[in-house]
Amino acid sequence: MRSKILGILVLVLMIADLYMIFMFAPNEATMGVIQRIFYFHLPFGISSYISAYLLGFASIMYLIKHDFKWDRLADSAGEMGILFTSLSIMSGALWAKPVWGIWWTWDARLTLQFLLGLIFLSYLMLRAYLPEREKKAALGGVFGVLAMVDVPFNYLSIRWWRTQHPQPVILGGGLDTDMWKVMIVSFLAFAALYAYLLDRRMAIARVEEEVEYLEHAILAHD
Amino acid sequence: MKPVTAIIFKDIVIEMRSKESVSSMLMFGVLVLTIFSFAFEPSSIDRSLIAPGILWVAFSFAAILGLNRSLAMEIDNDCLQGLLLAPLDRGDLYLGKVASNFTFMMIAELIVLPIFVIFNNLKFNLQFLEIAGVAVLGTLAIAAIGSILSTISANTRMKEVMLPVLQIPLTVPVVIASVEATSMVLSGETKGISSWLYLLAGFSIVYLIVSYLVFEFVVEE
Amino acid sequence: MPDTLALESEDIRKTFGHFTALAGVTLTVKRGEFLAVFGRNGAGKTTFLKIAATLVRHTHGKLRVEGIDIREEPEKARRHIGFLSHNTYLYRDLSPVENLRFFSRLYGIPDSEERIMALLDRVGLRRRAADPVRAFSRGLHQRLGIARVMLHDPSVIMLDEPYTGLDANAVEILNQILDQAAAAGKTIILTSHDLEQGLRAASRAVVIDRGKIVFEGSPKDSAIRDAYAAYIRVGVAR
Repeated sequence: MRSKILGILVLVLMIADLYMIFMFAPNEATMGVIQRIFYFHLPFGISSYISAYLLGFASIMYLIKHDFKWDRLADSAGEMGILFTSLSIMSGALWAKPVWGIWWTWDARLTLQFLLGLIFLSYLMLRAYLPEREKKAALGGVFGVLAMVDVPFNYLSIRWWRTQHPQPVILGGGLDTDMWKVMIVSFLAFAALYAYLLDRRMAIARVEEEVEYLEHAILAHD
Repeated sequence: MKPVTAIIFKDIVIEMRSKESVSSMLMFGVLVLTIFSFAFEPSSIDRSLIAPGILWVAFSFAAILGLNRSLAMEIDNDCLQGLLLAPLDRGDLYLGKVASNFTFMMIAELIVLPIFVIFNNLKFNLQFLEIAGVAVLGTLAIAAIGSILSTISANTRMKEVMLPVLQIPLTVPVVIASVEATSMVLSGETKGISSWLYLLAGFSIVYLIVSYLVFEFVVEE
Repeated sequence: MPDTLALESEDIRKTFGHFTALAGVTLTVKRGEFLAVFGRNGAGKTTFLKIAATLVRHTHGKLRVEGIDIREEPEKARRHIGFLSHNTYLYRDLSPVENLRFFSRLYGIPDSEERIMALLDRVGLRRRAADPVRAFSRGLHQRLGIARVMLHDPSVIMLDEPYTGLDANAVEILNQILDQAAAAGKTIILTSHDLEQGLRAASRAVVIDRGKIVFEGSPKDSAIRDAYAAYIRVGVAR
């Protein structure tokens, strides 16, 4: 029931968001139509950070409580993380090519985002290669904590590293009021999408666990 | 503290006998220096720009090799279980492994470093000592995080392959800070080097504490 | 009187993911008892012993060794525990003396040198005390493993399938050492899938099946043989 309501909410908000982005939003003076990518790009980026926080938080909770519920959240957050870091990097590249003339640069923010994606990937790879359910949870939890501790060091080192180099300006003069309205609708739509996907992913994780249990039960009885 | 020194001492005796860890790190480090000499045309680029990067690629990858060796020794014959049966905190076990990993990495690095100096026509002066100082801080950071990550990766199906996958993304700050600090030493402009050194020290301290606390979740079933 | 109990286990449960290894084991072992634990492979006897030795974390229940809760003070509890499995936990690159010296440092044993030499004598390894373990046969390896277990003079000796892979000579030595330990009032808990070897010196026997104790009694009682036949014979894989 909850997922149905969320699903309908996502549908309504997304249609509204697409209307706002492509019909309502004014054209940006210098970048033109390309700037509209930004209404997707920013929610993608923020969703990836939320995934990182969720992963770290759920990992700590699992190590304290030893309840698989938290591990399912961590696992799901990891997958959401890789999805949204990829989307934010891809949408960013699409935007950067016409505006900067390049797909990619080792700018601080881009580097950090790329690194975040790598860490999500390592996390998921670690889980994939751990044999037992409990090990996945415990070692995944420890790696989640270690990765979370890494974030501020990454941030500092990359910031300092890139300060000698010119930083491309992402937002020229900021957004005007109409643009802000579109951005807010976009945030709401993607917040709903995030909640919906996370809810579905955790439901799948529960089913996966049940399947594993049934497999065990069948094999145990020869 | 006694059990920690016992672990270090034990690892040193084993290493003196087998020489597996230091020799593999050493060989690998020299190979990296060599292959990079081929990868870049020697005359075309200012060597002082790429030399620090080459050095830290050699150090950080050699460290992964050493960490894998050091854990393989504990997995062989289930020795790790024997350590877990002893009356010492799991955290102390971690500290012992950090100390011996750090020692072996430093030994290999202190041999690679003069070769690096010769290959790049640098001088054996104060600079050399300063680079060694940066190496101590960077290596401690790598040993601190590597000792717990290698224990994690030992549980996976691909053991040796898994460690770099886990370690390289997390050691990016260490590599950046070490490379920057080494460049500063080589260029002689050491203004601002302290923030990099603080970052390395901070990284080591934070990871030593966090890993000390969570190590039991890695080794207990 | 709780202070005479070497091991007290209250409703110990352990699940590995969805697999229930132990479904509630309640067991008390008095000091000086020699307990034999039988069960087929995967019945849960090894898991139970590993939990008692603090190697595996139990999911539910309480367990005390010599009155010390193993969750609350694991380091203190480990001082009283000697644990032997078919793996000897010895470093192949070190000699017997170096191996034992290392473990005695970990346990903080005073006068370790004399104790090490005495133990090597007892397991008949005095002459090979300085050779690297790498060159040892399985039997010699196992003898040294026995010495490692006895090194810190544990009051509760836990043995997980200790006879598996032992040669006749090592079996003899192990039996001698166990008899001496039993005579000295040590508590011994031994798991086995072999009835005769397990019962040799046992003062009590339990049978574990599917994570539960299904039989408890005296080894002299013929009922143990029926229980063994019912629960183990059927499923012996090896």
